[in-house]
Amino acid sequence: MASAAAVSEGSGGLGQVSWRDGKRYLWLLGLIVPMLPLIAWGLVELTGLGLLWWFGPLFIFVVMPGLDTLVGKDAENPPDSAIKWLEQDRYYRWCTYLFLPLQLVSLVFACWQWAYGGLGTIESLGLAFTVGAVAGIAINTAHELGHKRKQAERWLSKIALAQSGYGHFFIEHNRGHHVRVATPEDPASSRLGESFWEFLPRTVIGSLRSAWHLERVRLGRSGKGMWTMRNDILNAWAMTLVLFVALVAVFGLGVLPWLLVQAVFGFSLLEVVNYLEHYGLRREKRDDGRYERCRPEHSWNSNNISSNVLLYHLQRHSDHHANPVRRYQALRHYDEAPELPSGYATMIALAYLTPLWRRVMDPRVLAHYDGDVTRANIHPRVRGRILARHGAAGAVAR
Amino acid sequence: MRQALSRGEGIDAVSRYQCPVCEYVYDEAEGDPREGFPPGTPWSEVPGDWCCPDCAVREKPDFEAIT
Repeated sequence: MASAAAVSEGSGGLGQVSWRDGKRYLWLLGLIVPMLPLIAWGLVELTGLGLLWWFGPLFIFVVMPGLDTLVGKDAENPPDSAIKWLEQDRYYRWCTYLFLPLQLVSLVFACWQWAYGGLGTIESLGLAFTVGAVAGIAINTAHELGHKRKQAERWLSKIALAQSGYGHFFIEHNRGHHVRVATPEDPASSRLGESFWEFLPRTVIGSLRSAWHLERVRLGRSGKGMWTMRNDILNAWAMTLVLFVALVAVFGLGVLPWLLVQAVFGFSLLEVVNYLEHYGLRREKRDDGRYERCRPEHSWNSNNISSNVLLYHLQRHSDHHANPVRRYQALRHYDEAPELPSGYATMIALAYLTPLWRRVMDPRVLAHYDGDVTRANIHPRVRGRILARHGAAGAVAR
Repeated sequence: MRQALSRGEGIDAVSRYQCPVCEYVYDEAEGDPREGFPPGTPWSEVPGDWCCPDCAVREKPDFEAIT
């Protein structure tokens, strides 16, 4: 690994500092994800075990948490002098661009298997979840691309979202979530005491409504209505429609239910990641009615290498919120940011199991606020109970 | 050189405003048609709650006038 590209600082001689990006070639491993359906097929062929069509969920919920624990953490930051160079190195961009053709190949391959592979129902369902794992993590790739200034990358972002039908994410995430993150108004910031299962419908519906509202305001300033292809929600959804219609035209109506299953599992995977990124964290309201700026302490971070490599440093979430257009390879770890007990993959599994999640995370939220639960973003439905339990029953409602 | 001015009011010479986080610049001459501001839209007509179209973590009052 030490042979990675390096940057030098200073004008030579004594004091020269050079820095190597130890993760440079690891980023290529992110391309394993869009190949999960192909890997599943290989494993089924190799072993004769039809259950291995479920390799996608197996990979996310078993292999990844295992690797998080085995491989460990890395808190290394690129020096400031290297950031510009890192961001301009096109190699890193290609690592994300290549995700898209592989994603498409996998989807077409899966349709072919559903239509002609002779799979049983359980196997087809397994393949749908495996393809859904790709769809979900593709939203993360779309996320990386959608934050960039270049129009071409924003288009690639929408293409990556087509498989999950989540084109509106591109609007809501950038212009909604980033503005209101860690406030009670944000549908995509989970609250202390809110289970994932309660959060899921709130964020899915709330994000859609917010995206629609944001586009209405933007188009309204030009005197345009919503029913135009300039509406970024509609043109992104049109891509999904074209993709699904084309696949059904080629492979028959039988693939449609599986396409829907993979899309729903895909966006649910994105939403469970949303759930753990800001759980219970809250920005204070300033005297002028605006919220304080989003600071490192308003996002949960993780330095687990394997999850970070497969999610393009998404877990260095504080720096992402401070500098949303910064490219993944240049994101930094902050010592003052709250740290999850493990990588996102492990925490996803935990998030599904509400009592376990609360036992692990609620004390961490409380510790983050030095025991003052009133500073947390508390779920209104259980507010009274939480205040009572943590000795703040007399606190003024905020 | 950049200088922070409060909304750039009354300074005719200033016509460009930069987001302090990313490199986005609002130029009055060019406007930002995608955002609904045709070329020539003065900064004063941009709504106060409008946020940076690139990074979305700073709003109009945070922008710095480029002099």
